[in-house]
Amino acid sequence: MLYREAGQFKTSYAADQAMFPIIQDRAFIAMVLIIAYGVVPFWANEYWLQAVIIPFLIFALAAVGLNLLTGYAGQLSLGTGAFMAVGAYATYKITTIYPDINILVVFLMSGLIAAGVGMVFGVPSLRIKGFYLAVATLAAQFFIQWLFNKVGWFFNYNPSGTIIAPPRTVFGVMVAGPEATAQVRYFVALVFLTVGTVIAKNLVRGRVGRAWMAIRDRDIAAEIIGIQPLQTKLLAFGISSFYCGVAGALSVFLWLGSAETEAFDINVSFQVLFMIIIGGLGSILGSILGAAFITLVPIFLTNAPALLNIPFPTDLSKHIEEIIFGGLIILFLIAEPNGMARLWQIGKEKLRRWPFPY
Amino acid sequence: MSPRNKIGDVLLAVDGVSISFGGVRALDKVSFDVRAHEILAIIGPNGAGKSSMLNCINGFYHPQEGSITFKGQRRRQMQTHEAALQGIARTFQNIALFKGMSTLDNIMTGRNLKMKRNFLWQALYFGPALREELEHRAVVENVIDFLEIESIRKTPVGRLPYGLQKRVELGRALAAEPDLLLLDEPMAGMNYEEKEDMVRFILDVNDEFGTTIVLIEHDMSVVMDISDRVVVLDYGRKIAEGTPDQVRVNQDVIDAYLGVGH
Repeated sequence: MLYREAGQFKTSYAADQAMFPIIQDRAFIAMVLIIAYGVVPFWANEYWLQAVIIPFLIFALAAVGLNLLTGYAGQLSLGTGAFMAVGAYATYKITTIYPDINILVVFLMSGLIAAGVGMVFGVPSLRIKGFYLAVATLAAQFFIQWLFNKVGWFFNYNPSGTIIAPPRTVFGVMVAGPEATAQVRYFVALVFLTVGTVIAKNLVRGRVGRAWMAIRDRDIAAEIIGIQPLQTKLLAFGISSFYCGVAGALSVFLWLGSAETEAFDINVSFQVLFMIIIGGLGSILGSILGAAFITLVPIFLTNAPALLNIPFPTDLSKHIEEIIFGGLIILFLIAEPNGMARLWQIGKEKLRRWPFPY
Repeated sequence: MSPRNKIGDVLLAVDGVSISFGGVRALDKVSFDVRAHEILAIIGPNGAGKSSMLNCINGFYHPQEGSITFKGQRRRQMQTHEAALQGIARTFQNIALFKGMSTLDNIMTGRNLKMKRNFLWQALYFGPALREELEHRAVVENVIDFLEIESIRKTPVGRLPYGLQKRVELGRALAAEPDLLLLDEPMAGMNYEEKEDMVRFILDVNDEFGTTIVLIEHDMSVVMDISDRVVVLDYGRKIAEGTPDQVRVNQDVIDAYLGVGH
């Protein structure tokens, strides 16, 4: 009853092409934004923000980026961790060489550097597809991790081999470094995710997005209507790596505080890939839902025995947690191979018809 | 019959085009002209080289010998997007739509070449980028009206029945406002009503927009009814060319289709 578009007539193409053409959707999004900006930072405590919500926001940003490449342009990539590392190390280098540049600008500059690196490793995509391309992007993963480990210049010859986020302020507010409050970090991550999501949504509903999906669905037909595969794929690699690079920079400067290359190893690439598979390939919303699932469910499972007052030895509960988590992923993919975004859509269709079954 | 656009000068000249795949000679020194505003049918038994011919015309295959002249420009090597830029569009024998996208988006991709704003503008979806998007949307809506597919505008094409998919594919080609439209078996696998609809659209396109059409088709009644001229291929060679009535009585064509007694 509540979710009906009946009576909402569009009188212009602009209204019909709006991001959320239905008023109920607009209301829902407004509510989510109000909660995200106005309620969460004041209600959640330091631990929740720092250990749960900030990593979720950062991974959601990376997942949106990977979904542009894999979900929309159809190019399977296992280099996400590497591109995040490029963003993180580039931010570290730029901000230690030029401490006066606004750190938010440095994040974006590092994104551009990651975009360049991503495009270089995207060149093989012209010739190879699918799993073979994934293996080629794996080269990026191992090469970049090795490079940042091996060449001291990247971590300023720090004997421990780690990069440490130095304290940085923006307009007098401490954003990065040990003294920055979790609330400020949360706001910075949230703004990046919000802006990144809006831009991604705009890209995928315009010419660029259609070219990506055309290449994904039928590359030969796309070529024949005049879409150039190399340019289109490289643009996808560039933009996707930009997102990943910024996410990598944020993960060191807003979340971890210090990191080695291990923080961006192949597991991170897989983790982000799982996020978009579970969330829904080719869906911006799905990227965020998937990131929430992968980052939040393990935390919930860790805390569940305590909440239910069931005493468990820690090591056993850790193993059980992994078993349940793995089982959930399998269940999910059997129940809905198209991911959580599809479930969301089905839910909306059901709601439209409610209380009638069909 | 409605008034037709007067058939004009040579738009496309195929001159001695040959192409082989390994030992198979798919096209052997094929030459013919296509005149502006006409409907030319290419027919022939299976494996005669009809689809290869279309692939050469729109730059997907590069002929090993001979040349193709389009709008007075002679070429041997041409990329597909250059062909698209020059105004050649096509549909495919097996439907090649973008399955994950809606009808509207599929047809919008036909406008991609005409959209100029770069991705930074697109990211904002605002100002010039939005205006551009809406201008092209208006053109696409005309195509949708023309093909009478308003009701499936927002439906993902993967869910559409076969006949409608063929129609959407035609729409995608039309959205590019081509001068030369290549149709590879537009009526294959359709029932009688769907064929009638498709024929009507093809004639209307030719009539209203003056688009030159080259089509491959196996349904002889359709070919004989709608084409101005027919080119017949067999084993990669051109065996006949002329008006439907001339081709119908040509002995080589009859032999190719019915076989020759030895």
